[in-house]
Amino acid sequence: MTFHEIILVAGMALITFAIRYTLFAAGHRVRFTPWVAQGLNYVPVAVLTAIVAPAMLMPDGSQLDLGVDNAYLVGGIVAIILAARWRNLLVTIIGAMLCFFAWRWWLG
Amino acid sequence: MLVGALPFGIIFGTLAVSSGLSATATLAMSALVFAGSAQFIAIGLIASGTGLLVILLTTLIVNLRHLLYSASLLPYVRHLSQRWRLPLAFWLTDESYAVAHRHYLSPDEPLEDKHWYFFGSCLAMYSNWFVCTLIGVLLGRSLPEMAEWGLDFAMVATFIGIVVPLLRTRPMLVAALAAGAVAVVAHGLPYKLGLMLASLVGVMAGIAAERLVSRPKSGQGGDA
Repeated sequence: MTFHEIILVAGMALITFAIRYTLFAAGHRVRFTPWVAQGLNYVPVAVLTAIVAPAMLMPDGSQLDLGVDNAYLVGGIVAIILAARWRNLLVTIIGAMLCFFAWRWWLG
Repeated sequence: MLVGALPFGIIFGTLAVSSGLSATATLAMSALVFAGSAQFIAIGLIASGTGLLVILLTTLIVNLRHLLYSASLLPYVRHLSQRWRLPLAFWLTDESYAVAHRHYLSPDEPLEDKHWYFFGSCLAMYSNWFVCTLIGVLLGRSLPEMAEWGLDFAMVATFIGIVVPLLRTRPMLVAALAAGAVAVVAHGLPYKLGLMLASLVGVMAGIAAERLVSRPKSGQGGDA
């Protein structure tokens, strides 16, 4: 484990634990202002989508690729359809992965 | 819930090793951080060569939702000593929150004993997550060429599988679309600032959309 990795893991561990423990440690009833609580609801969706969208639409990291030869885009669309239809994580992952690899193989 | 988490631990371990994180660091992360989505995002960022500070900042943002969980469970753990609250807080994840919260709401047992259930489910999920990471690490090491197969797509599929079922309301959909659009447009910004900007815009768009949706309803006198 390099020094860089130690800082990384220790930092992530500290941050995560601090978030989880602060309120438990304080122990009294805490209330958020409504819009903070409201905003926190959207955090997972916003962050995850912000990661997924560029990975799907610009897999080379620099320019948009909306063609059918973009396996990330095709696989991602399949994943969206599967997830919307079955709402099952495992079905989505396995189905989309199979489609992604098949598409790549078919394209050569 | 446990079976559902099985593949993620394995996928996480495999991806982490192929994205360049050492086996020790991967295992340490699962043992000490114990936050699935933040760990997945971190290794995604590592793979794309992102700096330490941005990864830590992203961890903070992604895990902020745990603040909501702990606020919601607080009334049930307040009577416990810090010796109990400390490990329960450490193990507080999306899954253990869901399980514990449901159990605390059921009336079949006195409150005084319920933290044992909370504790037990946490312990099961924690050991499960660690063992599966280990399996994934071993798998990733024995098949090092897996990284070139486009396993990074596994992460895309995983995130889509998490996000899409959450898009049940229109404001959620608006938040996702706004975050995705900004992320693509701002992708060229240095230090993954585009990710931060997109997340922020997504959250604000969600709040704004929620206000817009609720306003006409309150005008008609309905509060559904």
